[in-house]
Amino acid sequence: MDWVNAIVQGVLLGGLYALFAAGLSLIFGVMRLVNIAHGDIIILGAYLGLTTTSILGIHPLMSLVVVVPLMALLGYCLQRGILNSTLGDDLLPPLLVTFGLSVILQNSLLELYSADPQKLNAGIIETASIKVGSLAIGVLPILMFFTAISIVAGLQFIFYRTALGRAFRAVSDNQDVAQLMGLNKRHIFGLAMALSLAVTAVAGIFLGIRTSFDPSVGGGRLIFGFEAVIIGGLGNLWGTLIGGIILGVAQNIGAQINPGWQLLSGHIAFLIILVIKPKGLFPRISG
Amino acid sequence: MSKPLLITEDLNSYYGDFQALYNVNVKVMKDEVVAIIGANGAGKTTLLKSIAGLIENRPDQITFKDEIIGSTRPDKIAKNGIALVPEGRQLFPSLSVEENLLIGGQLNRPGPWSLHRVFDIFPILKERRNQASTELSGGQQQMVAIGRALMANPDLLLLDEISLGLAPVIIKSIYETLPDIIGNGISAVIVEQDISRALAVSHRAYCFQEGRVSLEGKSGEMSRIDISRAYFGV
Repeated sequence: MDWVNAIVQGVLLGGLYALFAAGLSLIFGVMRLVNIAHGDIIILGAYLGLTTTSILGIHPLMSLVVVVPLMALLGYCLQRGILNSTLGDDLLPPLLVTFGLSVILQNSLLELYSADPQKLNAGIIETASIKVGSLAIGVLPILMFFTAISIVAGLQFIFYRTALGRAFRAVSDNQDVAQLMGLNKRHIFGLAMALSLAVTAVAGIFLGIRTSFDPSVGGGRLIFGFEAVIIGGLGNLWGTLIGGIILGVAQNIGAQINPGWQLLSGHIAFLIILVIKPKGLFPRISG
Repeated sequence: MSKPLLITEDLNSYYGDFQALYNVNVKVMKDEVVAIIGANGAGKTTLLKSIAGLIENRPDQITFKDEIIGSTRPDKIAKNGIALVPEGRQLFPSLSVEENLLIGGQLNRPGPWSLHRVFDIFPILKERRNQASTELSGGQQQMVAIGRALMANPDLLLLDEISLGLAPVIIKSIYETLPDIIGNGISAVIVEQDISRALAVSHRAYCFQEGRVSLEGKSGEMSRIDISRAYFGV
């Protein structure tokens, strides 16, 4: 029963990893930008949640109403103000600039909030659980998991059923020709980054409710996000969700064997999949 | 004499340090079809790319509807009423046939062209509307590329080697639809390797050679000898 429990908890944890990864997956899909600062942006989302809850005295989940639009606006400005000018044939400039951004974010958060670990207090739902047979499944992990599914489904809907998604895919296919259709790629990229950071805001708030955080933990979340994206296959959002689940399950199985193996076994699962299927399980983008 | 719709004035276009066009003077009147002929590398595609904004030039070298557009962004030029059917079709592979057409019309410029009307002239596309554009034959893809440009309801349509890589019978059928397309308030610049076809559908023609205009005149009045001299520079 411990094993079943480990797997179920792993699947649910995978939802959070998918939330970490969805924003990464989205912007890589639209503009081939690898955002090294993504982990720190997740943490920024958590801190914005912290500030919002303490100033307005509202529940962390209610703070999403403020933090999501705020992060989306930030994403748009970041893209239009800085990242657009780094995009081109060369992959290196955006990597270097987002790496720099990561350092700046970490240190700014350190300056503003200090290195003390913080946590978002969500009250009763943090500990509430549902009995299923002999398993006790936490309400919070279930909430995170279904939020992840809804967000992936929502992004999928935007990508394949709306004019905005059509523009995303067209710009992703061929920037020059997309411009000939009257699409301003700088604006489209800005909207993609806004959407990415809106999703990341949700990831950050859930992270802050689930565990304590400090300005230095962004890098680890970035790795989980990356691994989920790569396992699932580049450019495939449902794949990213499955990647997150595989990562979560692998970590929990590792932890079940030996608590020290939790992170290691996630990385090993990632490496094995990379060896067997270098393009991930469900790749949609080649090259 | 009405004013030209499009004028290039001593247009010099560059790819980095390489100069592809030298002092090119081309004009297109309203409702006129202009053919651009010339050998490979003569600068025909460069001219179209410059007009559409994919190559940035000195602002005053290109004027469209009395506006200076030489260094204007391609999306703004599209908004202003120029649509390009690019060489090699360049459809969006992740979009379906219908989505390719819809994205062509996303500027919502007013005019006669709609999804419905494109399907009227290319009925096969209606049958295949939900397929990926990559699943179509070359000729059908070319129809999508033309339809996509028409969806923008352009004032000026730029057609870059629409016969490239297609079977002669397909080329013929595509050229047979051109009269339905051009002339309803749409002017056109046609770049074509097939000289007789280009001259047959156009009012005037320019021959390019090594980035310069080597011959220009009314399509019906160009002699074969003049053309081959202008074409090959012999």
